[in-house]
Amino acid sequence: MSDLYQQIVLDRTRHPRHAGRPAHFDARGEGANKLCGDKVSIYLTREGMDLHHDAEGCAILTASADLMADAAAGKTPAQMRELAAAFTQAVTSGTPNPALGALNALTPVADFPSRIGCATLPWRALEEALQDV
Amino acid sequence: MSAILEKVNIEALREDFPILKEKVHGKDLVFLDSAASAQKPRAVIEAMTHVMTSQYANVHRGLHYMSERTSEAYEAVRDKVAGFINAAARDEIVFTRNATESINLVAYTWGRTALKPGDVVAVTEMEHHANLVPWQMLRDAHGTELRIIKITDSGEVDWHSLEDVFADGRVKLLAVTQMSNVLGTYTPVERLAKFAHAHGAKILIDGCQAIVHRKIDVRAVDADFFVFSGHKLYGPSGIGVLYAKADILDAMPPFMGGGDMIAHVSYQKSTWAKPPHRFEAGTPAIIETIGLGAAIDYVNAIGMEAIAAHEAALTGHALAVLPNIEGLRILGSAQDRGGVISFVMKDAHPHDIATLLDRQGIAVRAGHHCAEPLMGRLGVTSTARASFALYTTREEIGALAKGLERVRKMFA
Ligand SMILES: Cc1ncc(COP(=O)(O)O)c(C=O)c1O
Repeated sequence: MSDLYQQIVLDRTRHPRHAGRPAHFDARGEGANKLCGDKVSIYLTREGMDLHHDAEGCAILTASADLMADAAAGKTPAQMRELAAAFTQAVTSGTPNPALGALNALTPVADFPSRIGCATLPWRALEEALQDV
Repeated sequence: MSAILEKVNIEALREDFPILKEKVHGKDLVFLDSAASAQKPRAVIEAMTHVMTSQYANVHRGLHYMSERTSEAYEAVRDKVAGFINAAARDEIVFTRNATESINLVAYTWGRTALKPGDVVAVTEMEHHANLVPWQMLRDAHGTELRIIKITDSGEVDWHSLEDVFADGRVKLLAVTQMSNVLGTYTPVERLAKFAHAHGAKILIDGCQAIVHRKIDVRAVDADFFVFSGHKLYGPSGIGVLYAKADILDAMPPFMGGGDMIAHVSYQKSTWAKPPHRFEAGTPAIIETIGLGAAIDYVNAIGMEAIAAHEAALTGHALAVLPNIEGLRILGSAQDRGGVISFVMKDAHPHDIATLLDRQGIAVRAGHHCAEPLMGRLGVTSTARASFALYTTREEIGALAKGLERVRKMFA
């Protein structure tokens, strides 16, 4: 069980680095899991792709959103779309991808089919936000 | 009571449930999700296999040996169910797929004929979606009104709110759970039935959870409608029951049309069979119904009083042990409650709790438990829930407490 709940996941749940709605943002995306009631909002600032999240959910969701925000720094919208596709691929197949860096901590979720949606929800919200930048 | 309790040897009963020997992630299975669906004793599995291997044919149709034997076995279950809930007559028992279908049947047939636009259906804040959504659909299709009776913070029916909801005399149906699948609360159904009847309303009781843990007596309660599902009562999925008083069923039009539910059919027109067959169109769940009969025999042989006593002791134990876990909060504190315990933890989300327990072999449910509006009322988005059955042991509650302590430490 420690496979999925690695130290970095627990740490990002307890102390997310990019949590909270920023005063200024250019785009916003929402994700909601109807089955469990979990919610996440993603806020994007075009300049330097500064990303914040407001997550109301489990450790997997929160860590996924927070590590996504780490990865977003300095990327272009096109690069973020590619990253979203790579992440979804990795957490459904269970195969880590070097391009994902620390996000690979979440790939063990592939063994927990009912939880894959928790990991990908912030990325769905990101895709929605990216439509506006 | 305690003499009965001692007679129930749980270890011996567990031998009746083959699945309890399974390992999950290499650990002994600790199954604490029986409120969602209970495990099946060998007696049920064998009864169902027996129909298929030695006496199967369609029911109510053939004049041949196999069909007659199968029809007898199938109809015998109607008597068993009637006896089990103390109905006045076997014809008051309608077989459905599950409790959800039973409630929809009532909403669709009785609701659209006995109720007029403007009449009110009242439910409580702690209903399962199955006892809420059909009444919303009836409202939208037929112009009835839907009112929600509040619950108190302890998770009991708020009597003031009940009186308010009934004050204008327009409530014609009180549809209420006998036991909350989230809070474990038993509602005082006898008192509620008296109240509803005194105000000119009928009462529908959702007995899905209660029937598993308590002796049900629809006549003593004076229930107009009572519904439950076989799969929570150690029987198979695919079979449910609607009980309704004979005069009410008599006046209800059919739900679905087809074979078995007719008296006479011409190309132009058909007349309906008498209840219960009027409401059982098409080939029924023959094998599952016979499985339900075996489940009723099984719990009757142990005795509902013995089961209730065992589970009351377990629930008391769990309610004493679980709050010792730092940051754990149990939702609901009703006086009269059973072995369904919802909880949240300060730092761990219900999903994480469920996943981490699962890896230790412990099955609990996490989510909104098909009671999404109740989650809002309780100020949470989801809970974790442990629920007990006749095969649950004190050791399993110990395993749950230990597992939760590990979860707490991980997130501390
Ligand atoms: C209180 C209550 N009512 C209704 C239902 C619906 O039962 P079914 O899904 O078997 O129709 C359930 C099952 O979860 C329940 O717990």
